[in-house]
Amino acid sequence: MLIEGFKTAVCRHHHEFHGPGHHHPKGSVAAETQRAGTREIKVVRRVLDANDRMAEQNRKLFKDRNVFVLNLMSSPGSGKTTTLEKSLAYLMPQISTAIIVGDICSTNDADRLATTGVPVVQVNTDEFGGDCHLAAHVIERAAAAIDLDAVDLLIVENVGNLVCPAEFDIGEDARAVILSVTEGEDKPIKYPLMFRECDAALLNKIDLLPYLDYDLDLAVGNIRQIHPGMPIFEVSAKTEAGLTPWVEWLRQNVRRKLSTD
Amino acid sequence: MHEMGIAMQIVEIATASIPADAGRIKVERVNIKAGRLTAIVPSSLRFCFEVVARDTPLAGAELVIKEIPVVARCRECRREWTIEGPTFVCEQCQSGAIELLSGRELDIESIEIVDEDQ
Repeated sequence: MLIEGFKTAVCRHHHEFHGPGHHHPKGSVAAETQRAGTREIKVVRRVLDANDRMAEQNRKLFKDRNVFVLNLMSSPGSGKTTTLEKSLAYLMPQISTAIIVGDICSTNDADRLATTGVPVVQVNTDEFGGDCHLAAHVIERAAAAIDLDAVDLLIVENVGNLVCPAEFDIGEDARAVILSVTEGEDKPIKYPLMFRECDAALLNKIDLLPYLDYDLDLAVGNIRQIHPGMPIFEVSAKTEAGLTPWVEWLRQNVRRKLSTD
Repeated sequence: MHEMGIAMQIVEIATASIPADAGRIKVERVNIKAGRLTAIVPSSLRFCFEVVARDTPLAGAELVIKEIPVVARCRECRREWTIEGPTFVCEQCQSGAIELLSGRELDIESIEIVDEDQ
């Protein structure tokens, strides 16, 4: 962001450094103030500006192609891939779905998801420095490998991590987080950003509740405390208990996007 | 651990902000503001910044992180307050319909440079 009014002030203040007709690099300098020996150059830019701009490009692409994009996040091992495998059986064939799956390495998840017959693109972030999240430019590349015109719903299975993915916009329409009942009821409080940023939460592996000292009401209460009003789906991807309302939520979102675009 | 990627972005933006005609300068400080809801660990970010800044015009610069409180406003009763704990419910009317006025920032504010030719 360049504030022209301030730029003038910069030039007047430090005329000794500037020849006539000089200019500053775009988006960098806005104002300076001087104090003993140092001068301060105002920058005023979002650190993740480059990612945000790429995410907006992705969002426009997905809008142009009438694709609803879900960013699915959770800690490792909470059941993202199994939930997807099972959900796909409910979604297909009415809703044509494709998947981008992110992991630091291996194609295990893509191999599993490919057996469902939907297009799957595996992204390994070790190519991008072993990133703990998927960034917008990674999604741009992965989406280029998918025939978006043939897809209504694109689900991005993010890298397993409750911290970093919440920080990075990838151009999605909605975000969902899975929390499994083996992870502890206090996770929403420990990772508030993730639960604030999401539009839906799944509490997975409820088939294990009889064997655990897990306080489901406390977990639900903690999610509500961080994000009041967010839909919470209690599911078991293994037994498919509770999957119908979750899939219906997805369907409604896809339909809403298709009807507004 | 995404502090390394964030540090790289900070170094890139801060380096581009040095005036092209600045002459011999030393960057003393890079000032950023980080909302308390933003998922960064300041000590990790400072460490990553130090590593990434080596061999750049920012080598040796101090990364100053100003923490911004999480301020919320209730859409129902319009109360504004600072959220200290992990509770995003209106402290006055208990409504969950709140908007966050601050706390998600991750911005570079300025760089401070010394002209070594002077």
